[in-house]
Amino acid sequence: MGKALRDGNTLPVLIVLGVLVVFWYLAAIWLNAPWQFGVYERAGTTGWGWTDFVRDTWSQERPVLPSPHQVMIELWNTTAAMAPTSKRSLVYHGWVTLSATLLGFVLGTALGILLAVLIVHNRATDRSLMPWIIASQTIPILAIAPMIVIISYNVLTGKNPLAEMLHLDADAARLVSKALISTYLSFFPVVVGMVKGFRSPEQIQLDLMHTYNASASQTFWKLRFPIALPYLFTSMKVAVAASLVGAIVGELPTGAVAGLGARLLGGSYYGQTIQIWSALFAAAILAGVLVIAVGVVERLVTERMGARPA
Amino acid sequence: MSALQKAIAIIASGACLAALLLPFATRTGAPAGIVEFPLAAAFLVAGLLSIARFRVPVSLWLDGVLAFAGAVVLLVSLSVIGKAEAGFWFALVAAWAFSWLLVERLSHAIGRGVVLNTLGLVIPLMFGASILVIWEAATRAGGVPPILLPAPSLIWARIVSSLPTLWADFQQTFLKAVLAGYFIGCGAGFLVAIAIDRSPFLKRGLLPLGNFVSALPIVGVAPILVMWFGFDWPSKAAVVVVMTFFPMLVNTVAGLNAAGGMERDMMRTYAAGYWQTLFKLRLPAAAPFIFNALKINSTLALIGAIVAEFFGTPIVGMGFRISTEVGRMNVDMVWAEIAVAALAGSLFYGVVVLIERAVTFWHPSVRGGRA
Repeated sequence: MGKALRDGNTLPVLIVLGVLVVFWYLAAIWLNAPWQFGVYERAGTTGWGWTDFVRDTWSQERPVLPSPHQVMIELWNTTAAMAPTSKRSLVYHGWVTLSATLLGFVLGTALGILLAVLIVHNRATDRSLMPWIIASQTIPILAIAPMIVIISYNVLTGKNPLAEMLHLDADAARLVSKALISTYLSFFPVVVGMVKGFRSPEQIQLDLMHTYNASASQTFWKLRFPIALPYLFTSMKVAVAASLVGAIVGELPTGAVAGLGARLLGGSYYGQTIQIWSALFAAAILAGVLVIAVGVVERLVTERMGARPA
Repeated sequence: MSALQKAIAIIASGACLAALLLPFATRTGAPAGIVEFPLAAAFLVAGLLSIARFRVPVSLWLDGVLAFAGAVVLLVSLSVIGKAEAGFWFALVAAWAFSWLLVERLSHAIGRGVVLNTLGLVIPLMFGASILVIWEAATRAGGVPPILLPAPSLIWARIVSSLPTLWADFQQTFLKAVLAGYFIGCGAGFLVAIAIDRSPFLKRGLLPLGNFVSALPIVGVAPILVMWFGFDWPSKAAVVVVMTFFPMLVNTVAGLNAAGGMERDMMRTYAAGYWQTLFKLRLPAAAPFIFNALKINSTLALIGAIVAEFFGTPIVGMGFRISTEVGRMNVDMVWAEIAVAALAGSLFYGVVVLIERAVTFWHPSVRGGRA
């Protein structure tokens, strides 16, 4: 235990985090001071002491920079201390964002694997698609996410063959249109990683499959796919984080009433800084949980496939 | 011919036949047959005749000519047909199948060494062009309302007619916010990386945090920074700084460790000091990592600046234009901004790649080896 603490990353990370929190408290005093002076002046308070002043800057209603404990209390009040069905509960908003994230992530991963299979098996696809896939990521898609969300929402709920076929209600349509952004952001790392993974069998292994007279699909399922799995999980970790960003930005200016992005926007309109910060922390926690979840699945799968634990 | 090529050839010629037989369009309420469109008919007959490839060899360039002719004929006929019928759509399928056939045969020919490698550039261009043609034909002939998806020609017309607005937005968002934020963020990440590289403790403490922060939805700090730095471009530059800082930090620290033990030992035998080792060995060895971060950041920077504008701006800027024109249902203007953003993003990325190739000329991925 002591050795792990000394040689591992835990102690340095904790110390750096501690320093950051101290800085945060100091910055909160400094940034909130002008407003606090104003309050004292208006109230005619004189002779306030330093301890009162510091305590007051840390407990303003709408601080420029809320202090860490204010954010934590807000987080606690809007998650554990509130029914998850309430419209103000972060669990509810987090779930709205999470569902779009997961749908987009699954679609994006499936699309990425499919494209990678096509690219690896067909040279024409490789040459015609690959440059555009790379170019697709230089387009700031996040920047146009709101428009794509609005358009696809209108298409999905409007009068056209597609909408009539899918029969989505308003909530489902909103979910799907956000998930499209997540799909666009998350397919790219998967394509790039899986193309590399599918091409990682060595010539000698491919030759062996050839001497067994294995068909293309047998070679794929017994050699290429298993060998590409580590690449898949590495890309999925990147993809799931990107997918969350896509879902949050997809919620920004669409008149969305639910979701972490809507909380951010609402907080920014009404100057509710504590609400912004708590939504931000909820998003960060969600991102961490998602990446860790992919890591856990990775460990389970690789163990099951008989790989040595790294 | 491979099985795939045979299948595409059958699809192409079959679609030509179907297009010749089915009603082509509806003009002023009455169905119009293919005979009223001689150019389209000529393309379809030529396409149908190309089925002869199963008996006599047909050059792959002939497929290219057919695809090109089909695209031109269909685009020209867009203005004279009233409403497209099944025949038109089959003709579109045929033109697309011919372009696919060309791409398929060309890449095989390149693989066998029959055709020059540089002609491979044609393939992605063909793909892009077919997307544009299908987009144009499908939106105009299919009667897709321009509010949902305007045709490329409409978007182009809008770009040409509102150049001053686009230029002002570009100046505000790209030349001010993105470039300033990009240089400050990347520079700060780079300097902090070099500073913490000297302290193993800070490296162990900051790196896991940096990695974690890189996975976070940092764009979410945009409303806070807009509140702190005001509505004009400095707040957008601040968002860009925050977004670009961590990728640069993490990559530079990884890159500084990239120099091998052998080379470090050699620097030590030369009695090289810390700074000499840094500038002559470790920074050049870190260059591929640093450029990796610069490339990632080039897209992140544009995204950060545009998204930050959703939270409040003066009445100019690409993000502002996108969000207001969406509200006013001027979707062609939105697409014009997107085209500008995509072009700017690609050029920015391309410039970074060019500099990378000049600086890391020694790296296997640049020398022509497969990375």
